[in-house]
Amino acid sequence: MNDMTPDREERKANLKGMGCARKRVEDARFTQGKGNYVDDISLPGMLHGDFVRSPYAHARVKSINIDAAMALDGVVAVLTAKDLEPLSLHWMPTLAGDKQMVLADGKVLFQGQEVAFVVAKDRYIAADAVELVEVEYEELPVIVDPFKSLESDVVLREDLDPSADGAHGPRKHPNHIFLWEVGDKGATEAVLDEADVVAEETVYYHRTHPCPLEPCGSVASMDKVNGKLTLYGTFQAPHVVRTVASLLSGIEEHNIRVVSPDIGGGFGNKVGVYPGYVCSIVASIVTGVPVKWVEDRMENLMSTAFARDYHMHGKISATKEGKITGLWCHTTADHGAFDACADPTKYPAGFMSICTGSYDIPVAYLGVDGVYTNKAPGGVAYRCSFRVTEAAYFIERMIEVLAIELNMDAAELRRINFIKKDQFPYNSALGWEYDSGDYHTAWDKALEAVDYDGLRKEQAERVEAFKRGETRKLMGVGLTFFTEIVGAGPVKNCDILGMGMFDSCEIRIHPTGSAIARLGTISQGQGHATTFAQIIASEIGIPADSITIEEGDTDTAPYGLGTYGSRSTPVAGAATAMAGRKIKAKAQMIAAYLLEVHDDDVEFDVDRFAVKGAPERFKTMKDIAYAAYNQAIPGVEPGLEAVSYYDPPNMTYPFGAYICVMDVDVDTGTTDIRQFYALDDCGTRINPMVIEGQVHGGLTEALAIAMGQEIAYDEMGNCKTATLMDFFIPTAWETPHYTTDHTTTPSPHHPIGAKGVGESPNVGGVPAFSNAVHDAFRAFGLRQSHMPHDHWRIWKTANDLGLHG
Amino acid sequence: MIPASFEYYRPDNIAAALAVLEEHGDDARVIAGGHSLIPMMKLRMADVPHLIDLQDVKDLRGIKVAGGTVTIGAMVTQAELISSQDIAQAAPIMHEAALQIADPQVRYMGTVGGNIANGDPGNDLPGLMQCLDATLTVVGPNGERDIAAREFYEAAYMTAREDDEILTKVSFAATEGGYAYEKQKRKIGDYATAAASVLLTKEGSTVSTASIAMTNLSDVPVFSEEAGAALQGSSCDTDAVKAAVAAMLEDIEPNEDNRGPVEFKRHVAGVILSRAIERAWSRA
Repeated sequence: MNDMTPDREERKANLKGMGCARKRVEDARFTQGKGNYVDDISLPGMLHGDFVRSPYAHARVKSINIDAAMALDGVVAVLTAKDLEPLSLHWMPTLAGDKQMVLADGKVLFQGQEVAFVVAKDRYIAADAVELVEVEYEELPVIVDPFKSLESDVVLREDLDPSADGAHGPRKHPNHIFLWEVGDKGATEAVLDEADVVAEETVYYHRTHPCPLEPCGSVASMDKVNGKLTLYGTFQAPHVVRTVASLLSGIEEHNIRVVSPDIGGGFGNKVGVYPGYVCSIVASIVTGVPVKWVEDRMENLMSTAFARDYHMHGKISATKEGKITGLWCHTTADHGAFDACADPTKYPAGFMSICTGSYDIPVAYLGVDGVYTNKAPGGVAYRCSFRVTEAAYFIERMIEVLAIELNMDAAELRRINFIKKDQFPYNSALGWEYDSGDYHTAWDKALEAVDYDGLRKEQAERVEAFKRGETRKLMGVGLTFFTEIVGAGPVKNCDILGMGMFDSCEIRIHPTGSAIARLGTISQGQGHATTFAQIIASEIGIPADSITIEEGDTDTAPYGLGTYGSRSTPVAGAATAMAGRKIKAKAQMIAAYLLEVHDDDVEFDVDRFAVKGAPERFKTMKDIAYAAYNQAIPGVEPGLEAVSYYDPPNMTYPFGAYICVMDVDVDTGTTDIRQFYALDDCGTRINPMVIEGQVHGGLTEALAIAMGQEIAYDEMGNCKTATLMDFFIPTAWETPHYTTDHTTTPSPHHPIGAKGVGESPNVGGVPAFSNAVHDAFRAFGLRQSHMPHDHWRIWKTANDLGLHG
Repeated sequence: MIPASFEYYRPDNIAAALAVLEEHGDDARVIAGGHSLIPMMKLRMADVPHLIDLQDVKDLRGIKVAGGTVTIGAMVTQAELISSQDIAQAAPIMHEAALQIADPQVRYMGTVGGNIANGDPGNDLPGLMQCLDATLTVVGPNGERDIAAREFYEAAYMTAREDDEILTKVSFAATEGGYAYEKQKRKIGDYATAAASVLLTKEGSTVSTASIAMTNLSDVPVFSEEAGAALQGSSCDTDAVKAAVAAMLEDIEPNEDNRGPVEFKRHVAGVILSRAIERAWSRA
């Protein structure tokens, strides 16, 4: 070795592999306005679509007159359900086994529902024509409350046979969708009956919406000459869209190309299939030219998939000493007009059965009733794995309520019930095998970081000062310890319309030692082009800067199930590592040949293979790549590429400890978040800077949800929060400073030990903010109030507790 | 969110703007910053076939302080209010209020005249104008006339300005004594849940004059003469503040909306006014 040879650490640093806070390669174009989003796509002759939408939440459609609209210069077509019916496209299947109207078929079931699709030469004419379509409605009784829905004589879904089973078994009422039960109900109830202490509470997690910066849209282009359909769209799962489009349209799958270009945030909103996508396809097939549909913000908030809306009734039992003995939960799930949940698991409430949380609970029961109402359809996983945020909010509220019941410190109650490090892999009472964890270490680190005892002392002093009339502000310490279940997922647990939820990566090494990798996932801001290159860099020793990552074009990328539910790193990240290892195995043979030794006599060293015991005899990956294409090597095919499809053996279980310190003004209901500490354990950390960015973003969304963001309806089913004036999106002003921290407990079953992190801050953040509000009032007798904790609701809490004198 | 088509006019003088208004009557409207009108047009709740953009009318610009009177052109932006040293010295309450209007992006476009003339009860400047006892000058086919801000607002979006008139400027006496503009809102960019404008002068240890107006607590801004009277002659002690709050609560009629129910708004209005009085008094 001569002095010019970089040492091992230097070579490692040059790769910018796993663990490096590499700058996001995507940001150059995003920060300079050079992204390419669906609405940036403009094709020759392209037409523009716009929807006529229902002003009513429940009404019969008596007639639709399109004459005036068709007479407007520039209008090409107006599609109604009657036009789609011959193609059997007036209804479409949902991801949850239900079906949904593409265009109103005889009636409308929620405000904003798609009634007719206008196609015109430009976006302005289309909007003018929407005004000219005359629809005659007959109003019907509106149901916005899921509990009333199950007692009502009003049948919402007249298309369903009331006596027939639904997609998930028997239905007990025409407005009932399913009852899903898991766990041992009898044993749980027996434990509750005998318990020293039982805390019972209803925890409502309100309806909200992912509201990505970019709304949903598509551009369909049917080439009638070659019979090929190209579909650009805001798709979190482009390959699945291709398959569904083929099944629905009858166009053979090889003749459909689906492209997800840059996507401006998804958060679950872009997993499902929307009427706009279908209508743009049909309109392009009908007209023979490309058709674009892009929704506006109000349409996004009113008609595309919402999240949450879970009424969770819980009972938790414990010994006098605080050891939890059982957990019971019954949830009434409001799914809106159609069951369009994006819970691509085999379970109609997704992973809600993770609701035993981070605690060793011997017996548990969960039942979920899904119900139809006159609200927008959906129920997507808004920056969380399917129903995991609901589950985490439920258990973290129940723990707080139990602490009140036991008159015990909530941090201590958590500590004595955590699953212990030596219990992993841990089998939960509701059937999950937690892969790894060290909760006590993380919890102690978090409590120490915020000086927990000092905070409690300050809080007690504040309560006394309040009682003496010296202050009108209370102080809350919001604790949360969450465990997620992400990385959907093993084919045994998860599928979309029957397709197993594996994912994929294909890597091609170029002769000069750079590479391209294509994956079945699609970034919507997660930074895949940055982080997946880092995995490959560490696995095969090519610098991350020399690796292009490509996703989202179904003609070039290998089949995958897309990006949501923190599944990209656990599943596609694993496929990437496995594909890298295939390449490395071949590279080893080539290196051995070039070095004239046996395969077993070379070993991998950062960016090269060297002869064992003689590190000065080596071939770099660059040398090997060149040889792979330029040298005839006996017994080895030319080229250097590999593909891997990965079906994970288990889910991954990231966890974390979040603590929020908040001052609450009891007179105005305003809050001030003084401190937010977030410790995440996502296993192996690929890029600490990307992780930190994910945590900041997710916490800010959690702040929004907990403190003000909601989709609310009045009794007539009018959506009251369809603009950003009323739908809370925090700005820098409302966003507090976050302190991030971590522990590292790798996943034992994942090739690189990574667990996924993008959704942890939402899952853990919501209960942390909410628990802080509740905790501020604990000394004055508050057990449970409902999110969002906006000013007037906090004021009402204080008022109900008699704090306004 | 696509407006119906409209004709766009961009006159460079008031006479030309008035001529278009006269020609098209109800079908024409002037636009200043556009932060209220354009969203209404996009929602197709406002149909404006003829839109007259005033941004090139130089006579509508400029801030002047002379002889103890502050005069502000209708097209002065809220950002200009914030950066004006004259305003900071002659009417610091206006500086404080302007900083609480919407967000910086809105304030770069949003104007004094638009905020005042649109008659939106959520806007911050109408209440402030009433607190300042400002004079609003409008010009129409019959020439110029002055209207007191305290007489200007009739109902939500209904004002004493005729459809064929344009608000050109506002003027008021430079302030002295203590001041405060206190506003509670849900987030940056939001209208007030409740806001209070308070001006106080002090003689010895008592309040000699007090002017109080409230924002977004009725369908018009609320100048509460009784609330001001409750403070006058007092030492601005707790009882006097309570009396002022009680008087103000007689004058407001808030509606329930997504910001909260009436009971909450009335409570917050009281808290916000108390805080505004305390701050104004501390500066008097």
